[in-house]
Amino acid sequence: MKGHHLASLFFLMFVFVAYRQIPSGVFEKPVNFPKPIYRIQNNNISREKVALGRALFYETLLSRDNTISCGSCHVQSSAFTQHGHDISHGIDDRLGNRNSPPIMNLAWNRTFFWDGGVFDLDLQALSPITNPVEMDEKMENIIAKLSASHKYSEGFQLAFGSREISGIKVIKALSAFMLTCVSSDAKYDSVMRHQSKFTKMEKSGFRIFRQKCAACHAEPLFTDGSFRNNGLSNKFNPDSGRVAITLDPKDRYKFRVPSLRNLSFTLPFMHDGRFKNIDQVLEHYSHGISDSPTLDPLLRRAEFMGIPLTSKEKHELKSFLKTLDDRHFITRKDLSENFNPKR
Amino acid sequence: MLMKTALKAKFLPLFAILVFSLADAYCQSNVNNDDKNLVILFKNFFGDKPLELERLSYKGVNGEQIIPTEFKYFVSNLVLTRFDGNRYIVPQNQSYFLIKAGEDGSQKILLNVPSGKYAKLDFILGVDSLRSTMDISERTGALDVTGGMNDGMYWTWNSGYIFLKFEGLCEQLPVDFTGQKKFRYHIGGFGGVDKQSVNNIRKVELSFPHDELLLLEERKQGTIAIKADASKLLSGKTNVKIAEHPQVMFGAYSGLIADNYSSMFSLISISH
Repeated sequence: MKGHHLASLFFLMFVFVAYRQIPSGVFEKPVNFPKPIYRIQNNNISREKVALGRALFYETLLSRDNTISCGSCHVQSSAFTQHGHDISHGIDDRLGNRNSPPIMNLAWNRTFFWDGGVFDLDLQALSPITNPVEMDEKMENIIAKLSASHKYSEGFQLAFGSREISGIKVIKALSAFMLTCVSSDAKYDSVMRHQSKFTKMEKSGFRIFRQKCAACHAEPLFTDGSFRNNGLSNKFNPDSGRVAITLDPKDRYKFRVPSLRNLSFTLPFMHDGRFKNIDQVLEHYSHGISDSPTLDPLLRRAEFMGIPLTSKEKHELKSFLKTLDDRHFITRKDLSENFNPKR
Repeated sequence: MLMKTALKAKFLPLFAILVFSLADAYCQSNVNNDDKNLVILFKNFFGDKPLELERLSYKGVNGEQIIPTEFKYFVSNLVLTRFDGNRYIVPQNQSYFLIKAGEDGSQKILLNVPSGKYAKLDFILGVDSLRSTMDISERTGALDVTGGMNDGMYWTWNSGYIFLKFEGLCEQLPVDFTGQKKFRYHIGGFGGVDKQSVNNIRKVELSFPHDELLLLEERKQGTIAIKADASKLLSGKTNVKIAEHPQVMFGAYSGLIADNYSSMFSLISISH
């Protein structure tokens, strides 16, 4: 009898702990996604740490002249891209040289940036913070500014058990927040979870996608994380991509395969934002491939350069790609600047 | 399953705190310099002359007139080998040092080494690939990527430490966009993560002469004085003309400078 009591007590404790550990808005792996790559064991993602990370993500004190935050160039309604900008636009109206990528499903990224120069999410945020054409600030100054503002001491206390602010804590909190930017509620996902069905046209598009696109844009993340030369002309943009990191000439003009999730919100496309819409992208693959020694072999076939697509097929493909738009992701309150959990 | 994971998540931080407090206690016990019985002193030179930043002009092997403005490098993974062949490996997490010319404090490494007769010191110039890819919370002190950038010894666009930085003015160079005749050598690269890339980590081995073995005892301090000769960057295996290579950063050429810096160190003296 006593054993039973003890067992139920333990059971209640389990339930209590489990309940406390899995609040909404904290990182969860979607059922149709693979195991995350980010080493979550090194960054306990608590509700408090995510809240601190969210505040820091939208904090302009992270920039040299306190004018811009991470959220200034990674806007939620645009799936955390800088909407309408072909290349990134930073402090003092300085321009970067690449299109700002979306912040989504980062726990499954092996590498970051278009050339994959960064291999850990915890090392990613340092780059835009210190880059002279982005936020142009030093962590030392950020720590001083955050300490002086008094707004943060409670947040650090709750997230890390101490009021002391350090660069590593700032980074870990930012990572915790960005990890919760999971996009897995598109129509595609609900079809995969047998909660809804594709229309006839979406189904045709899905078939074409699997046949002609999925080799690089692998499900369910819609990227295989590899680096490829997709035949963009380099007549005006000399950016040679991945080779700057690996120094291997075979990597010249290769860039990371981007995800196809949320395309409707993340235009323009490609590493330099050269294509304004999805029609231009499909036109590129069907008729615009530029040949070069490192062109991806999948785009160089004996009978056809690129991917043959009829206008009917393009139409169907576009209909399928729309099922990758995740409106819940771009409207989730817990990812927005003004989220207040107490309300 | 859910509950099990949750439990793990709950106790992991506790375990981490325990480990960190132990590690902390261990570090604290070592703070007192009186405990340290070995001083490794790095003395920076350019050829035969002590290196003085921004003040003196030195003549390089190719007749180039050079005023060094910055000279910094990472020394790590130190190992001392006894006369009998046994080795003392400095605890790995305390074995990273950033030596900065012009900052005397940084040029002195203090260690607590077991008593014995030592014949050799090994270290690497750079930061090993294992540490370079560890979680950021395991990279403290000179390796803190969030603080290390103030020393400019980290690349954020291509995650990795800069192992050695040598900058200066050279009379033979044209004026650059900063209005100076400046050369910049930033050498790093630990070999890449998912794909092999430049590896500029170099091992340095310094054997002590037979009549000058290092005798270490518990309460008696010994000193190894090492010369680090910046001129060797330009004149080891490869003769580097600054006028032809004013900027060497992450690229194939950096490997040649790394080969040069592997022979930059020599023993000045041993005293105890």
